[in-house]
Amino acid sequence: MSARDPGSRGRHTTLFLLRNAPVLLFIVLLAAFGMMSGRFLTVTNFVNIFIQAAHIGIIAIGMTFVLLIGGIDLSIGANMYIVAAVLGLYLKDLPLVVSFPLVTLIGLAFGAVNAWFITRLRVAAFITTLSTLFVGRGIALYFSGNKMVGFSPEVLSLGRASYLGVPSAIWAFAIVFIVAFVTLSQTTFGRQIYAVGADADAAGKAGINVRRIVFSVYCIAGVCAAIGGLVSLSQVAVASSTFGFQKEFPVIAATVLGGTSLFGGRGGVLGTVFGAVLIQTVENGLVMTDADPYLYPLVISVIIFIAVFVDSTRTSILERLERRQIRVERA
Amino acid sequence: MDVNAAPFFTAQGLCKSFFGVQVLHDMAFSLRPGQVLGLVGENGSGKSTTMNIVGGVLPMDAGRMTIDGAEYRPRSPGEAEARGIAFIHQELNLFRNLSVAENLFIAGFPKLIKGLPFIDRAKVRARTQELLAAVDLDVAPNTPVSRLSQGERQLVEIAKALGANARIMIFDEPTTSLTTRETDRLFDIIGRLQRQGIAIIYISHILGDVMRLCDDIVVLRDGHLVGSAAKADMTIEKMITLMVGRTIDQMFPPRDPPVTLGGPVLEVRGLSQRGMVKDINLSLRAGEVLGISGLMGAGRSELARILFGMDPFESGEVSIGGTKVAALSPAACMDHGMAFLTEDRRAEGLMMEASIADNVALASLPKFGTTWARFIERTRLGDEVTRVSKAVQINARDLQRTLVKNLSGGNQQKAVIGKWLLHHPRVFILDEPTRGIDVGAKYEVYKIVNQLAAGGAGVLFISSEIEELTGMCDRILVMAHGEIRAEFPRTDFDREAILRAAMWHGLKESA
Repeated sequence: MSARDPGSRGRHTTLFLLRNAPVLLFIVLLAAFGMMSGRFLTVTNFVNIFIQAAHIGIIAIGMTFVLLIGGIDLSIGANMYIVAAVLGLYLKDLPLVVSFPLVTLIGLAFGAVNAWFITRLRVAAFITTLSTLFVGRGIALYFSGNKMVGFSPEVLSLGRASYLGVPSAIWAFAIVFIVAFVTLSQTTFGRQIYAVGADADAAGKAGINVRRIVFSVYCIAGVCAAIGGLVSLSQVAVASSTFGFQKEFPVIAATVLGGTSLFGGRGGVLGTVFGAVLIQTVENGLVMTDADPYLYPLVISVIIFIAVFVDSTRTSILERLERRQIRVERA
Repeated sequence: MDVNAAPFFTAQGLCKSFFGVQVLHDMAFSLRPGQVLGLVGENGSGKSTTMNIVGGVLPMDAGRMTIDGAEYRPRSPGEAEARGIAFIHQELNLFRNLSVAENLFIAGFPKLIKGLPFIDRAKVRARTQELLAAVDLDVAPNTPVSRLSQGERQLVEIAKALGANARIMIFDEPTTSLTTRETDRLFDIIGRLQRQGIAIIYISHILGDVMRLCDDIVVLRDGHLVGSAAKADMTIEKMITLMVGRTIDQMFPPRDPPVTLGGPVLEVRGLSQRGMVKDINLSLRAGEVLGISGLMGAGRSELARILFGMDPFESGEVSIGGTKVAALSPAACMDHGMAFLTEDRRAEGLMMEASIADNVALASLPKFGTTWARFIERTRLGDEVTRVSKAVQINARDLQRTLVKNLSGGNQQKAVIGKWLLHHPRVFILDEPTRGIDVGAKYEVYKIVNQLAAGGAGVLFISSEIEELTGMCDRILVMAHGEIRAEFPRTDFDREAILRAAMWHGLKESA
């Protein structure tokens, strides 16, 4: 092994702490909330947390694909609302086995529009998805007339159903997770996503079709936003004009909290599930301990800050460790 | 291998120009199976250009290449690879976040079941073990590449080339970041590849290695092929003489060195940073132009970055203008009157989307906001910007409106110099100030350098062109391997001696 600079051991320890910061945070939170409320550390409560975390988690899994290539998708909230509006306004009378796949295709199309602007017109992902965030919500609001959108009773009963004792939201969460996990770890496409995220130029030189990969991840994010939207609306039965509003914040926070880097190339969906559950645990804990509701945004924003801070610190440390050396110092 | 085997790869009449400047003239060579061809020359002599053409990174302007008699004109590195040519880059192209095995197969994994996307992990592992064994690398296939040393990563690159059934492997300065043991191991592997009939193109400044490894040696100078011989007919001495040549057609403005130099404006004592530079001592006096010569990767730019406070150092001390500066930072260095022209003006020196005036004003804004409200005094600033822009002769109609990205390389460089002039610095560090600009603009940059020195500033002039340094400097320091190896006063300037000192590391290895 070539010599490393002397600070590297200290940095490795810091890296270890940074890598596990969310887990440490989680343990601290569990202990704190557990002490403050007797109802917090119960099985029922944790099932609840998972049900509540499901829609954020599913969308965050899609976001994980996008962040892995070093991109961003801010438009997922608008995507959710379009899905809800189309389902409630035009597809109410169709059976769910037809209407759900149809609106999922709409989510896919929404993602494909983002992807087209980003890969073909080379508009920055941030700008593209910021625009589609406003445009998408604007179009859907125009059609819904800014009014509540209701759904057929089957939607709500699906939301409340359980199969094999497992609530439907958790089924959806689990299936999306497994498909995403296998895709990322066991397919060429998945591994190439990591390569593109690490170095798009090098990926191109290695013969990877970078544009195709980038296009696909935005489509995946669109599909996940649609599925997450369906899970969420089947829990609440109606969608107001703020449905999906500002969902990009908890979704990106869950992804980054789960260890996926905003700079691309590092992370995975297992961490994302953890991140989504962690954020929901905090909200749930605040409710259980009767905290002041005005405190919620503050606490959530502190957690988001920790996540982003940990990510950028880790990235800068890794960059320093990876710096090319001129002299080879012999031991 | 049979030395009389016929060549399977030929290149003839390769030419390449960048922005009207021809950097490669009629390059020609051929390769037999199992041949190791050494390619040597100074920085900028056309070695990398040649190899980038062969490797499909750059298109050629003129010339013809053939493989097995068939026309070869690659349009991308991918196409070159498909025709059996692998380029082991100096900056390795591996994905550090993936495992060794994944890096080998990233372009296409073997599938578990045909038609389905799932990777056959067992097959990947077996095949990886085979390839790693071929290069004597004893690591598990699922080791992340980030855990490997530089030398091990290189072996992974070679394994990757083997996996792609390469017939020609191009090595560009493969040993610069390797330990002696890793270098020996690399040479063993190269010998093995050679016996398998793979042709090797080996580019290096370490002439001893070139003599040790290569069957034939090609020497380039200023884009021309100046020598080509079998190892038996070549010596290190001969290579150096060929590389330096005797063409001095470059023009320099007359420089009358001041009779007496002023006091030291920059003093460096025992400056060291592990892995970068070691025990640097230098003293730059007012009115002096001090050149720093050295090969690529000798640590010149790294030294400059440390001196300007952009990178840390472990030991040593730096005095600017007679005061010892304990904590170096760009802001502290600027306060003490130091200016730094970075090697990469696009990335570090200029704001491309801003006007010339804004760029020139950038580093001195605080000086023009001294009223109680700290508002910028536009008129005074505008006058000063106009003054320095005249002094460095930026050719642009409207300083306020012309965006820097629309300027030529030469004018961009002048804008950077102007930016610093506004600050009245006493120490100028110029890192490759004439890289990528045309001859006329170079001449103007030289004139500015002379003006700076005449005005009493000390100039640290870093350059890869020995001619430029001998033409411009009062004294030249030569760096190699992160250390200062030699010092030449103007009376003793000798291109060959300077080059020899720069190659100290390479010559030492061969001794």
